[in-house]
Amino acid sequence: MKHIKSSVLLDAFFAKLSHGGALIVLILVISIFAVLLGYSLEALSQLGLEFFTEEKWAPNLEKFGARSAIIGSLISTFLAMALCIPIAIGIAIFLTEIAPNSLKTPIGTSIELLAAIPSVIYGMWGLFYFVPLMRDLFGGLGIGMLSASVVLSVMILPFMAAVTRDAMNTTPDILKESAYALGATKWDVIQAVVIPYAKAGIIGSMILALGRAVGETMAVTFVMGNVHRISWDITAPATSIPVTLANEFTEADSSLYFSALFSLALVLMLISFSIIAIAKFYFLKKVRRGL
Amino acid sequence: MNAIDKRRLVSRVVLILSSISALIGLLFLFWILGVLILNGIESIRWDLFVYEGAPPGMLESGLKHALIGQLILVGCATLIGVPIGILGGTYLSEYAGNSRFGNFVRDISDIMMSAPSIVIGAFVYAVVVLPMGHFSGIAGVVALSIIMIPIILRTTDDMLQLVSPTLREAAYALGAPKYRVILSVVYRGAKAGVLTGIILGVARVAGETAPLLFTSFNDNFYSTDLMEPMASLTVTIYNYATSPYADWQSIGWAAAFMLSMFILALNIIGRLIILKRKGA
Amino acid sequence: MATIATIEHEKALHVKDFSFTYAKTAQPSLVEVSMPIAKTCITALIGPSGCGKTTLLRTFNRMHDLYAGNRYEGEIEFEGRNILGPKEDLIRLRTRIGMIFQKPTAFPMSIYDNIAYGLRLQGIKAKSELDDRVEKALNDAAIWPEVHQRLKKEASSLSGGQQQRLCIARAIAVEPEILLFDEPTSALDPISTQAIEQLIMQLKERISIVIVTHNMQQAARISDYTGFMYLGKLIELGKTDTLFVTPQEALTEEYIMGKFG
Ligand SMILES: Nc1ncnc2c1ncn2[C@@H]1O[C@H](COP(=O)(O)OP(=O)(O)OP(=O)(O)O)[C@@H](O)[C@H]1O
Ligand SMILES: [Mg+2]
Repeated sequence: MKHIKSSVLLDAFFAKLSHGGALIVLILVISIFAVLLGYSLEALSQLGLEFFTEEKWAPNLEKFGARSAIIGSLISTFLAMALCIPIAIGIAIFLTEIAPNSLKTPIGTSIELLAAIPSVIYGMWGLFYFVPLMRDLFGGLGIGMLSASVVLSVMILPFMAAVTRDAMNTTPDILKESAYALGATKWDVIQAVVIPYAKAGIIGSMILALGRAVGETMAVTFVMGNVHRISWDITAPATSIPVTLANEFTEADSSLYFSALFSLALVLMLISFSIIAIAKFYFLKKVRRGL
Repeated sequence: MNAIDKRRLVSRVVLILSSISALIGLLFLFWILGVLILNGIESIRWDLFVYEGAPPGMLESGLKHALIGQLILVGCATLIGVPIGILGGTYLSEYAGNSRFGNFVRDISDIMMSAPSIVIGAFVYAVVVLPMGHFSGIAGVVALSIIMIPIILRTTDDMLQLVSPTLREAAYALGAPKYRVILSVVYRGAKAGVLTGIILGVARVAGETAPLLFTSFNDNFYSTDLMEPMASLTVTIYNYATSPYADWQSIGWAAAFMLSMFILALNIIGRLIILKRKGA
Repeated sequence: MATIATIEHEKALHVKDFSFTYAKTAQPSLVEVSMPIAKTCITALIGPSGCGKTTLLRTFNRMHDLYAGNRYEGEIEFEGRNILGPKEDLIRLRTRIGMIFQKPTAFPMSIYDNIAYGLRLQGIKAKSELDDRVEKALNDAAIWPEVHQRLKKEASSLSGGQQQRLCIARAIAVEPEILLFDEPTSALDPISTQAIEQLIMQLKERISIVIVTHNMQQAARISDYTGFMYLGKLIELGKTDTLFVTPQEALTEEYIMGKFG
């Protein structure tokens, strides 16, 4: 009798304990938003809309305009995606439809492993190898928006190529064969069958990659320059939200400065949260991925 | 030219273009890998494991402090992140099932898995570093475990759901209470998958730099005190690589090489476990 | 060895000493198969699972060439030439010899676009011609009344049997000489099966048909000639009426009596 009673208690205890584990995630998300918002209030209330519209960011004058960082984030991410998407699709087509079987596995596996290499390594490569190349090609410092976008695109490339390939691989052979049986060429088949079939998965994964790229810090911090200016010259130094945070967070010496940085973090969190939510709810509903 | 020949030509051109773009992409990726390996092999030496950090120009300069710091940070984050993640994943799979609460937690965790890690750093700065008054190893641990929890939670959830219901039913039929069924039957069935999830989660967290920048910060000396700033391989890579000193940069490459090899090894082990389980 | 009845019709295809081995296997899946396929007739291929029916069918439009490493030798004569030659234009060949699969394979696009797909591949762009030929194909496949009001809907919204008729419509839209069917009704209910059998019998007026089937009643119901295969060999080819009544080979008799397979 006593034995059964203790097991009922243990059962309830284990259920509560694991419920707690699940609740922690929710508590974390709520506290992240609450804390970021709390520390942002000072800057947001003092600066108001100007925080978003003002370009000038001069901490010594207590002037904090986030426009160049926000625009910088958007441009670097956009450029990175524009460079990465065609190459990732090229790799995926190559791996699913062109490469001989003896190459598919080794190349595919190396790409998956490259996706696991930490972003700080990509940033380091950018600083020591890509920036000098840009300097030789375009003059100037070599550090700037374009370098950051290229390094960022190379960093998200393995992830994007791997998931695009996985999505394309889900196309049933029999469906491709029926297109071939109508006299289709390889490209006809890719265009009419493989891409439409894998579309939701491909777009969803791309948006997921976009969400990661927006928040990526280390790949760009090395090579962007952290200059708060918006320039038409994409080879000029620039900044983005993560770059500003990484460079200035430990330097903030006034409470307004500090609060302005938290506002940037909040904006970044909101952007990334919404992008990933869109990817999840609109495109990846059916396509479940592992890690 | 008729339609068929035209299509054949277009197909050939497009396939060549996509092979070229694949080649470009692969060239970049192997460029990075090559640079990492060459510089790493050139810079790595035994001394690096023996000495702690030293000012530029000193011969007796190493990475002992960063290696130990990295192990402590990632190890402690694993000790916190894994139990919480497994408990949460267990709840989703075994108690919440397909309920709205369950799916909501799943979605939020998925979003958290891709949340900007630097923002997590800012959050931990506010809730740990500010109250303490200074950077500390424990703040870094908290940041890394926050990143780890959703990863472990989601893989555990997925892996436990793969365990067949008949196995559970068989255990219930013997009169076992739910927690015993979970502990002795479900966990055992999902062991390999959960283990792989943990290994990949550790690998993922071990490469994080941004959330450590203003939590554990950095320290150029050997320290095991979690209440003080603590060195990590990742932040050391960042600091040494961006320094103007050639000898520091070279140590930075060695650190980058060690870190990458560690992470690649974890990934390969994770894959082997999956393969072995599939083979069995 | 094999008993091959004389064919009273012209030949659509003529297989000569054809052997086939899949990549990475040592054992050949087809051994020296010789067989005529009669024009504007239905030829059924029967035999136990794994005997090589699908493998043989897929050589007629050279489906096997989509995968590297498959080896074959022998000849298949079509319109006076050997289509196994290295110079054969596979894209043109496949527009002349169409194929219907075991499961419906509607493309992820609208009903209309599914049918128009093959036509567009042939360079037909004019809307009016496309409309006409889509309607004709859907009519020929006896599915027009069911779909003409929802041509713009996704093809996946159709039932399995409707999708299979859609695939037939798609294949006949490009007016092939030969149609290959690999167990086209094995995934369907009896009513859909009957509809498709009727359709196939109508098609043979202008198209030569080869159909693989597991169902001997189906072969007896619809085909003019039947080939019985066993372990990669063609054992017997005869007129359907005679083959099922007075088989020449002992193996054929055992199989149709249900002694194995
Ligand atoms: N892709 C392949 N690679 C290697 N061997 C194969 C492949 N496809 C089929 N085979 C083998 O070739 C032989 C003939 O297979 P085939 O699919 O032609 O048989 P079938 O008569 O169509 O059988 P079923 O009635 O089951 O469809 C079998 O022994 C099969 O195992
Ligand atoms: Mg078959």
